[in-house]
Amino acid sequence: MFDQSKVVGLPISRIDGPLKVTGQARYAAEHFEPGMLFGHVVLATIASGRLIAVDVRGAERVPGVIKIYTHENRPKTAYRDSKWKDAVALPGHPFRPLENDRVLFDGQPVAFVVAETPESARDAAALVHMHYTAELTHTDIVAEQHNSYEPPVARMKQFLPPPPRGDAEQAFAGASYKISADYILSGEHHNPMELFAATVRFEGDGAFTIYDKTQGSQNSRDYVCGVFDLDPDKVIVRNDFVGGAFGQALRPKHHLFFAVMASLDLSRSIKVEMSRREMFYLTWRPSCIQTVSLAADTEGNLEAVLHHAVHATSRHEDYQENVANWSGLAYKCDNVKISYEIVKLDLATPGDMRAPGAATGVNALETAMDELAYEIGIDPLDLRIRNFVHRDQNLDKAITSKALHACYREGAARFGWSERSPAPRSMQEGNDLVGWGMASGIWEAMMSKGEAKVRLSADGKVTVSAAASDIGTGTYTILGQIAAEVFDCAIEAVTVDIGKSDLPKTGVEGGSWTAATTGSAVQTAARAVIKSLLTHAQSMEPSPLADVTDEQVEIAEGRLVLESNHQIGIAIADIMAASGLISIEEHAKVGPDMLAMKKYVSYSHSAVFVEVKVDEQLGIVRVTRVVSAIAGGRILNPKTARSQILGGVVMGIGMALHEESAIDHRTGRIMNHNLAEYHIPAHADIHDVDVIFVEEDDDKASPIGVKGLGEIGIVGVAAAVSNAIFHATGKRIRRLPITIDKILESETAE
Amino acid sequence: MKPFSYSRAETVADAVAALVANPHAQVLAGGTNLVDLMKYEVIHPEAIIDINPLPMKTIEELPDGGLRIGALASNSAVAYDARVQAQFPLLASAILAGASPQLRNAASTGGNLLQKTRCCYFYDPSTPCNKRAPGSGCAAIGGLTRMHAILGASEKCIAVHPSDMCVALVALDATVEVEGPDGARDIAVCDFHRLPGDAPERDNTLARGELITGVRLERNHFAQHHSYLKVRDRLSYAFGVVSVAATIEIAGTQIADMRVALGGVAHKPWRDQLAEADFAGAPAEEATFQRVADRLLVKAKGQGDNDFKIPLVRKAIVRALRQAASGTPQSQTNKKIQ
Repeated sequence: MFDQSKVVGLPISRIDGPLKVTGQARYAAEHFEPGMLFGHVVLATIASGRLIAVDVRGAERVPGVIKIYTHENRPKTAYRDSKWKDAVALPGHPFRPLENDRVLFDGQPVAFVVAETPESARDAAALVHMHYTAELTHTDIVAEQHNSYEPPVARMKQFLPPPPRGDAEQAFAGASYKISADYILSGEHHNPMELFAATVRFEGDGAFTIYDKTQGSQNSRDYVCGVFDLDPDKVIVRNDFVGGAFGQALRPKHHLFFAVMASLDLSRSIKVEMSRREMFYLTWRPSCIQTVSLAADTEGNLEAVLHHAVHATSRHEDYQENVANWSGLAYKCDNVKISYEIVKLDLATPGDMRAPGAATGVNALETAMDELAYEIGIDPLDLRIRNFVHRDQNLDKAITSKALHACYREGAARFGWSERSPAPRSMQEGNDLVGWGMASGIWEAMMSKGEAKVRLSADGKVTVSAAASDIGTGTYTILGQIAAEVFDCAIEAVTVDIGKSDLPKTGVEGGSWTAATTGSAVQTAARAVIKSLLTHAQSMEPSPLADVTDEQVEIAEGRLVLESNHQIGIAIADIMAASGLISIEEHAKVGPDMLAMKKYVSYSHSAVFVEVKVDEQLGIVRVTRVVSAIAGGRILNPKTARSQILGGVVMGIGMALHEESAIDHRTGRIMNHNLAEYHIPAHADIHDVDVIFVEEDDDKASPIGVKGLGEIGIVGVAAAVSNAIFHATGKRIRRLPITIDKILESETAE
Repeated sequence: MKPFSYSRAETVADAVAALVANPHAQVLAGGTNLVDLMKYEVIHPEAIIDINPLPMKTIEELPDGGLRIGALASNSAVAYDARVQAQFPLLASAILAGASPQLRNAASTGGNLLQKTRCCYFYDPSTPCNKRAPGSGCAAIGGLTRMHAILGASEKCIAVHPSDMCVALVALDATVEVEGPDGARDIAVCDFHRLPGDAPERDNTLARGELITGVRLERNHFAQHHSYLKVRDRLSYAFGVVSVAATIEIAGTQIADMRVALGGVAHKPWRDQLAEADFAGAPAEEATFQRVADRLLVKAKGQGDNDFKIPLVRKAIVRALRQAASGTPQSQTNKKIQ
């Protein structure tokens, strides 16, 4: 339907941009209520043990302190775990702030101070003295991997390893070329720019309006209604603007719990905002150990793939993500064995972080593919092309579309891959060794269930509404574009109303499914408006559209017209006037096409090419060029789409070179809990990043042909960087991040 | 954050008197480090003495050709001062290697001399730390030591001084001017910072009530041959893993005078004047530079995680001396290392 699009597909600047750059866009912590209170959380300073005494005497003396909550005096909350399980909850016991005297992880909230000012709350929080009995902690995945286990309850069926096919061990044993290695990823912290915050407006009679930093307003609403037994019709959660989240705000966090708890208990409005430090003790990307073994024949045809992954979880929940299954579907291979386990550590429950599982697992696979290419002596890109497969062998299903060849071709051409000299250490520039590496990326193109409402007014103005979230990705803009396209109007004529829990039902913003899901819902609702408009047009006497179906009409220049002949039609305003209407509103529900999904599965793909310059003596790596070629279905807006991929590439460079949770395993405590010591790339670390979107038509991934771009940009980037470092130096570094010490201390391969 | 009193000092004498009056008073200049430390509950000053009204922002030329930098001159003002760039480019370069433009605009010269270690245990009040809480022990030893000292550490403390500016000042033999209850005095910058020994809570040799008023730099011959090479975990806004400030005066093909100061390796910017003197007359070439590095690191000892710093700083010393000798100092804008 976007064949001759006028709005969709254009690089339109964010429609919420002016509000953001002029400070008019209010985030969760930027709402004020008269007489509101402020809360501050006290964090545990041990990783495992018990609270034996809480001394709040000093804190209570701070002027302005209203109340200090601990496990000993907290209000009653729901008893059953099911009431605490949010839409993204995991198998296990959901964390309940102030549940009892147990400390399960460093930084666990152990008390909550409410005061008249944020300063008083913070000052008093520092004066709450906790006495603990600390127990031995276990936070090092390398030391604990012998305690790993298969999750007894699967988080999602598709995270379970596929049944083995062929005989991978035997094929591996007999193959001409093979490699097998362990890959280790350190834990990572999301650290979106916006801190977690909630402003709760106490409205009395069980009613609340809550401004929350969340990736799902309805998830937050349902969570607080479950935990505090509130009436969902009286609670509105708003997340009009979200300053980044990367998956950390999928599940409700303790700030929301505390804010609602205190508001209910004290019958006052309240605001709670986390500190940057507090952001380090929440959902994180789990540390992970993987063993990947690959074997091929003399021509590079894969003969065996074995992938074993173990990642961290907490004591109380079994976090799971799809780390290893990618190895069974990325390339053609008939002998595959995949296994997956988790291990309990004394840390907060890990969670989804941009391309959860894939960023970790595809990284290991793509590094292993590079190792295999060198083992065989063929070009790493040729090895991938040779093993291309247009079928998901794990599920034995067809793939809706896979323009990965185009990614390889266009990416390699833009990068100049054919100029590469294959031998490690063969390219040099002054003191720098130059390396070129590449990797493929893959992510599920998911569509979930979603709803939307679209209203067309007689004056041609359009309103789109859904309880979707824009976490900085451009959701406002693309939804406006889709509606503008259907109604043939300027995007300025469209109002996009999202970020409120009382709007049409929408799942959390995650997994790259929002554009496909809410975008399709908007389009479907808009088409329903046209259908309704036609019905009204046909009730006019005489009607030039009397004998046509809604599939034969469209909107053009403010008129409902015949698609085949725009001369025949009626102005929208005239149709509505004839029926005495001022607007027409329709509601739509969409979901994945279950019938098609029996035969098909859908993925987005990428090819990433990276140049590094390595000063080997000083251990300094610079990523001087990146070309990321993406096959992501229809691109609704090349500008916001490009930003998504750029962000993914930068985060991937951080994964390769910088990001690492520094845990003192003697105490189980995270020691680099600020942005000075926990490194992400600075501007100086980012050089040329080039994004290509290859042509990819897909009529099955979603009704609007969209696959989603939130995750694919990061997948494979760290592997491409690490492969480039190998090409530059001959050093294969399998533990991320690749810091100075690892460059200096690694051996050069023979 | 705890309640504290706040006063503005109108004269140096006011500030000194306020410091003498309250041993738990702290001076506020740029506040870039002090405010962080207060927010993290690392220090709890009872009184904040804001010295920003004091007339100590100027950079003046001295009669003998050197410069005097007021204690309140911002790091940016110093780094971009034409006279500093012409006469002491090493200092300008080191300052620009540190922090971010925003921090450099706020941070003062005196405050940079007084900045605290970035040891993560010092920064976390729930851990033992002899520097923060004397006698409580050192959590860093045996812990996460990647950023810690390889020279001059003690059993009480293995923290390092994080400054870039101070490393250059030490290489340039600067003088710190201070004023206290007993009047004014000079402290050679090499004697300003301390090794931890048994009293790691003391970072420097300032006496109680003393205020830094300025820094004096004598004229030298190093403007052509110098380099500040900083190796860090990302290319901007990161404390140095190691850094080297090198100056060299070459007569013919020989070293006439050479100075090497190291950052990120010890509780103070590290310099060994005796070792430097031994290389006077040696050929200004790679082999000599390697011997210099070996000599400076004779007593280097790793803590485990930071063992790599020893070979790293060795290479960095050689590289910085090579850059200095060839008249191609490390650029802090184009971060490409030659």
